[in-house]
Amino acid sequence: MNQSIDTSEKIHHKFLDKLQARGIDVHACFQCGRCSAGCPVTGFFDLTTMEVVRLAAYGREEDLLASKTIWLCAACETCATRCPNDIEIAALMDVLRELALRKKTVPAEPRVPVFHQSFLQSIRHWGRAYEVGLIVGYKLRSGDLLGDMKLGLQMFGKGKLSLRPHSVKDKTVIEKIFSGQGKEYER
Amino acid sequence: MNYSYYPGCSLSDTALDYDRSVRAVCARLGLGLVDIPDWNCCGASSAHMTSHEIGMRLPLRNLLLAAELGHDVLVPCAACFQRLKAAERSLRADPGYWDVPADLPEFRIVHISSLLSEPQHLASLGEQVRLPLEGLSLACYYGCLSLRHPKITGARNYEQPRALEEIIGALGANAVSWSHRTECCSGSLTMARPDIAEALVGDIVAAARRAGAQALVTDCPMCQANVESRQRHSATQPGLPVFFATELIVAALDGSYPASQGRLHLVSAQVLSNVVKRAAEQREEAA
Repeated sequence: MNQSIDTSEKIHHKFLDKLQARGIDVHACFQCGRCSAGCPVTGFFDLTTMEVVRLAAYGREEDLLASKTIWLCAACETCATRCPNDIEIAALMDVLRELALRKKTVPAEPRVPVFHQSFLQSIRHWGRAYEVGLIVGYKLRSGDLLGDMKLGLQMFGKGKLSLRPHSVKDKTVIEKIFSGQGKEYER
Repeated sequence: MNYSYYPGCSLSDTALDYDRSVRAVCARLGLGLVDIPDWNCCGASSAHMTSHEIGMRLPLRNLLLAAELGHDVLVPCAACFQRLKAAERSLRADPGYWDVPADLPEFRIVHISSLLSEPQHLASLGEQVRLPLEGLSLACYYGCLSLRHPKITGARNYEQPRALEEIIGALGANAVSWSHRTECCSGSLTMARPDIAEALVGDIVAAARRAGAQALVTDCPMCQANVESRQRHSATQPGLPVFFATELIVAALDGSYPASQGRLHLVSAQVLSNVVKRAAEQREEAA
């Protein structure tokens, strides 16, 4: 459909402008493959790291947001550290994940964003990570009720999981951060 | 010398013993720690992976609190360290964008191993060792976040770091030469995709074993928990425990390794108990 061409053109520019504003120069890639070669999770990806950079340069945002790769990237920064052209590839992955969430793209790896969401809910509520609350929240949201049960009990038995959350005193400032501070000007 | 101390969430829960050992080691080195009052979570991987603003503003608040104390900031968790350093880099580059004062005082953010591997501290540790950990072969495991991205962490030898080797060397232990020192264990994926974590951890542990290590030593609480919990072990192939560098320092300086500490590991920590026991017996024989 014509519409898809028109949309992708528009996206192309907005998307590339966003990358430029964040200092991510995807056009500097000459496909040496060092990013993919060093990636520890590459065996589980549907797009290799180098393909992500290349598709980004083409403005192929929708393909990227629908990929497993953006969710399976562990943010270890090996790719960006080794890139001879200094492309901020790990930051590119961050931008893609954030865009996918903002646009409500169905995640190809649903449990990963559910985990991040559960973690951040815990921070939003307490100001600090509350492991037990995080685990329960993740289990309920993901439906993965039985996974890691033994490990959880083992950790609890060793006193490594506290039932009581640790909370910050100044919760209003945390809430301000979570309710969009900084985005007042459409960042 | 005083440091502002940012323990981070792990060290108040799953890695509570790491916190105790860090405080004990700093006391032995004459370093005062002042906890940053009302510190909050740095956001860890989940925040910056899904929201740039939240991922920056959570650690920024801690830096503003630290600025009031004025000391350099000591961070034992590699993940917290990387997030605080990332926020520092952004706020120094563009304070207006982040709504922070442009004249924020300068202070250093230091990860624990960089501090402990400073020559004067290594010398002091060496002098204070009561029982050297001789005969203990360790794979020094750095993981990712104390090193990468070097633009953020400021790490110089990010592909070939030496800090952990130097620290355990001062304790008399042996560092093996091995391949996976800075490989990722996929801690940020461990709950959602335990299969990936098992694969990566399996490679890391296999590499350490191949190099002749009896245990791993790290300075990242995420790596410690992930590598112990996601490795497969059996009666015929026992697992490799992952010690905190500061846990080993306390054992060598005190000349003992309490069973209560060993029991906190998910993989048997008997190898360290044995080394400490043997060293104590040797010392008695010599006396």
